[in-house]
Amino acid sequence: MTNHNMKIVTVDDFSTMRRIIRNMLRQLGYSNIVEAEDGVEALSLLQREKVDFVISDWNMPNMNGLDLLKAIRADENLKPIPVLLVTAEALKEYIVEAVKAGVNNYVVKPFTAETLQEKIDTIFKN
Amino acid sequence: MDVTFINPFLEAAVNVLQTMAFTETQVGTPFFKGKTPLSQGDVTGIVGLTGNKHGSLAVSFSEAAILQVVSNMFGEACKEMNDDVRDAVGEITNMICGNARRILAEQGHPLQAAIPTVIDGKGHKICHPFPGPVLVIPFVVGEEGRCFLEVCLAESDTRQVRTPKSPRLPN
Repeated sequence: MTNHNMKIVTVDDFSTMRRIIRNMLRQLGYSNIVEAEDGVEALSLLQREKVDFVISDWNMPNMNGLDLLKAIRADENLKPIPVLLVTAEALKEYIVEAVKAGVNNYVVKPFTAETLQEKIDTIFKN
Repeated sequence: MDVTFINPFLEAAVNVLQTMAFTETQVGTPFFKGKTPLSQGDVTGIVGLTGNKHGSLAVSFSEAAILQVVSNMFGEACKEMNDDVRDAVGEITNMICGNARRILAEQGHPLQAAIPTVIDGKGHKICHPFPGPVLVIPFVVGEEGRCFLEVCLAESDTRQVRTPKSPRLPN
């Protein structure tokens, strides 16, 4: 059963996607949501605050989603945090690389709130 | 221009607008743009493409279309062009391009893309960075909005242009 009070960080350089994902999460009953514009900002936030779940875009300037994932997995304190990557492309080689880096799941844009819930359920069931 | 490379962009645009913006579209008759750089719409996202082919994709919306799309995406009425709307155009362009690239990669035609740039203002110009024919696919968005996909692609090593067959329309 997913904890609806868990703290979620959404990471995307486009404010539109951060807003859409925030709206979807609220629709699904999650309200403890913070945002970051790129991987650098997200990593800094993760090192300051206790976060339970990261939803990150893949292609971002400064630090992309894959590099953010690798940084999270390389940090002993952050390593256990589940990460969902959001991508418009889902190219096979990128997915393989993300799986090797320890991604929990990925979702392909465009997606619905129902799809997002399924992905979250899959992550937290495991 | 090989129509194999056009249908993925068309399918992606319909999918993105339907799934993310709950907006139905009607595809019109494609046409070549000619030499004019003027945009067909009021706000445009443009992204460069490289790979076996190089070129660019532009997604241009009339103000009525993008305000409806963004209102649907955000779940609240959006009544004027602002930074949020411009950002949304960039993200929509990003999604359409990404989806199309995924389809093309599955077909053995991988392309790389940059981050989109957004231009707005009535009468703005769209300057595709590579020379070549620009195919325009018009859409009716919702009740009265207009959207135009501009696809400009050429072989990376040649400039061959083939006459297109009739493009496939979505179901």
